[in-house]
Amino acid sequence: MAYFTQQLINGLTLGSIYGLIAIGYTMVYGIIGMINFAHGEIYMLGAFIAIITFLLLGLAGVTFVPLVLLLVLILSMAFTAVYGWTLERMAYRPLRGAPRLAPLISAIGMSIFLQNYVQILQGARVKPIQPVLTGGMVLTQTEGFAVTLSYLQLIIIVLTVVLMVAFSLLIGKTKLGRAQRACEQDRAMAALVGVNVDKTIALTFVMGASLAAVAGVMVTLYWGVIDFFIGFLAGLKAFTAAVLGGIGSLPGAMLGGLLIGLIEAFWSSYFSVEYKDVASFSILVLVLIFMPYGLLGRPEIEKV
Amino acid sequence: MLSIQGVHTFYGQIEALKGVDIEVQEGEIVTLIGANGAGKSTLLMTVCGNPRAASGRIYFDDQDITGLPTHDIIHRGVAQAPEGRRIFPRMTVIENLRMGALSTEDAYFDDDVASVFNLFPLLHERRNQRGGTLSGGEQQMLAIGRALMSRPKLLLLDEPSLGLAPMIVKQLFAVIKEINEQQGVTIFLVEQNAYHALRLAHRGYVMATGEVIMAGTGADLLANPRIHAAYLEGGHQGA
Repeated sequence: MAYFTQQLINGLTLGSIYGLIAIGYTMVYGIIGMINFAHGEIYMLGAFIAIITFLLLGLAGVTFVPLVLLLVLILSMAFTAVYGWTLERMAYRPLRGAPRLAPLISAIGMSIFLQNYVQILQGARVKPIQPVLTGGMVLTQTEGFAVTLSYLQLIIIVLTVVLMVAFSLLIGKTKLGRAQRACEQDRAMAALVGVNVDKTIALTFVMGASLAAVAGVMVTLYWGVIDFFIGFLAGLKAFTAAVLGGIGSLPGAMLGGLLIGLIEAFWSSYFSVEYKDVASFSILVLVLIFMPYGLLGRPEIEKV
Repeated sequence: MLSIQGVHTFYGQIEALKGVDIEVQEGEIVTLIGANGAGKSTLLMTVCGNPRAASGRIYFDDQDITGLPTHDIIHRGVAQAPEGRRIFPRMTVIENLRMGALSTEDAYFDDDVASVFNLFPLLHERRNQRGGTLSGGEQQMLAIGRALMSRPKLLLLDEPSLGLAPMIVKQLFAVIKEINEQQGVTIFLVEQNAYHALRLAHRGYVMATGEVIMAGTGADLLANPRIHAAYLEGGHQGA
């Protein structure tokens, strides 16, 4: 039971990170019906900006941990948002109105470009970082097995919950959120009530990118090493999470992320680490066979 | 208030508007009638900048709005209840109205909602229902209500009577008249229901294959035998 609880904590942590990335996929899909395959790279950029900021702050002598974390988060989100905005502006906006395949190919191209860009600038070797935040709390101790929740895991889970609540409020209650939902439901009509569609889409990319940056910062702290290729698998997993939860649905993306995280954690601990990816992708296949729209997705039926 | 001068619009190679000239004065109800495919809806959408006019100019309130992005034109005081109603299906009636109010001050919202519910009491009963679950007539009322929420100077209505029962059509035209007379909104009404539209309107234009072929007061056009033959007796006209 103790072992189970520990894996549950590990799974939730991992799942939170996937969920944060998955929201970016699902929001962009919802609003322009396109899978932004470069989104995993945005997350990777977030991790690199985080590691650079950590080092710079270290050099500047800033050592107060909460302040360091806050600054890293803010800077990483800000820079990554700029990348997200630029990506939309350069690679997708010129293709608006083109056949659906065109922006998809463009996205794959941007993904390859960004990977190589970071590889050339930062080198191909993994980048380690000193643990910034250590320690944790022991929840229960039975039969010599201690269930621990590290402070970092706590931060990741709490931050994810806070961001999820904030995002749901933003989408549900604010002018921007309503404009986004209007664009998602009928883009031409949204323009006809005065929504600036281009700006709304750009802001969607900015929002998705800054959430991916949070995931990037967290992963840098959690794993302690990153490289230019981490965006590929994480992006694929988060995309899986978004599809599993029902692409286009925000709660679905979070739920899918958590499920993938939990499946991975439990599979690795009870069966085999090598096949954890096979397990999560198999679950995706099964869910899609029986629920083609994902867990919380909605069939595309339009009443005219 | 609205001046359309020599506007040409293309869909790819197809010339949908072939040099259209239309004037709408402040406070008027002007109607545009014509058969399917004449270019009526294209004209309304061209006024809103989507698609953009390939040539010719469109002036609103004496300012050139040709080529402006759609949202910019809307913020200047144009509103449209477009063809097919285009209600946001997964938003409630209230949320749809809130979308309509996007370009005005938030402070007006409660008053404006009350006045829309006053025009269409049925919407009040349905206020928390999703747009996609409304009937056709209710959706049309919502589309007009949503357009009114922006406090427009000029309201563009695209075939509001389409697919509605005759009884509802009659009520709807009474409401359009009320909007024009009580609220002072200028109305440009595109219709196939020529009889009702011409009776309601101060002036009318007749369009065929992308061109205006006739213009006059509502009463004159109603009395015109060609109009009668083509649009009021189920007859067909070549052009």
